[in-house]
Amino acid sequence: MATDKRLLQNKDWCKGCGVCVGFCPKQVLKIVNEKCVIANPEACIFCGQCELRCPDNAIYIGGNEDEQ
Amino acid sequence: MNTNCSNLTEKYFRVNRLPHIWCPGCGHGTLMNTVVRAIDKLGLNKDEVVLVSGIGCSSRAPGYLDFNTLHTTHGRALAFATGIKLANPKLHVIVIMGDGDSSAIGGNHLIHAARRNIDITTIVFNNNIYGMTGGQYSPTTPYGDFATTAPFGNIDKPFDLCSLAQGAGATYVGRATAYHAPMMQKLIENGLKNKGFSFIEGLSLCPTYYGRKNKKGNAVKMHTFFKDNCVDVKVLEKNPEKAENKILLGEFYNNPKPEYTESYQVIIDKFQNK
Repeated sequence: MATDKRLLQNKDWCKGCGVCVGFCPKQVLKIVNEKCVIANPEACIFCGQCELRCPDNAIYIGGNEDEQ
Repeated sequence: MNTNCSNLTEKYFRVNRLPHIWCPGCGHGTLMNTVVRAIDKLGLNKDEVVLVSGIGCSSRAPGYLDFNTLHTTHGRALAFATGIKLANPKLHVIVIMGDGDSSAIGGNHLIHAARRNIDITTIVFNNNIYGMTGGQYSPTTPYGDFATTAPFGNIDKPFDLCSLAQGAGATYVGRATAYHAPMMQKLIENGLKNKGFSFIEGLSLCPTYYGRKNKKGNAVKMHTFFKDNCVDVKVLEKNPEKAENKILLGEFYNNPKPEYTESYQVIIDKFQNK
């Protein structure tokens, strides 16, 4: 269900390359201290560009009950 | 296991091996994900998939993926893969190689595996450079570009890997880039479905060595270069002028021919009077 979707991160895997930030169409993401942070989660439209392009599998769209 | 990652990652990755060793922004991670998505889309049984690699940055990929995997000697991935396929033709054998691994050190293996048309899906992560060893020029470094071993510009002409594979006899040939990840996934799916030698070139990006040596900018700029400078091969039919000075992507060749392990089985059957 669309309402359950959430943008999630694994910061331990993020290398701060900025590819997700560069291709986010809604400026949801930012690089802070060489790591990606979800600075503006309300603006996310769950297009999946960040998940598609992240080389490190560090950002993804989740939403199932067992995912944190 | 309660790992902080997507369901797809948890299903197909050896998550305890992550994060991988590739540099920040390396295109190989994105391409590795396209391989996983293609396998997932086709619904292949994990136990019937074998990933084989040689040596190099790209060849680290199978180590992170939870299939049957084999990390072999430099350039020889296709030789090992040929053995696996002949021993058990039911397996889906996928070879992941780099540009140097496939076309320099393993160039002979590549052309002969293609000539045999053995049912192996070969995926080349082409980053135009030997990244792991410090940025030496490879057989796909463009003419005039810089590398640590070409400080005044590379005077060798690069291989067109897709033309090479097609000329050698591959029956499915395509090219996409790390930016064009959905196209890459589709080509890998088609390559896996093709009963024969499939060759898919994935243009990758190396911001650390190739990018820095050639002032290509950061990973986002290198992705944007692919976005702006690549066109689908289909434009040649209607608007060939759009393809001028552009890199062609898409499906170049799809022409099934008799497959090697099947032809081999016919001979075995003949002597067993089947």
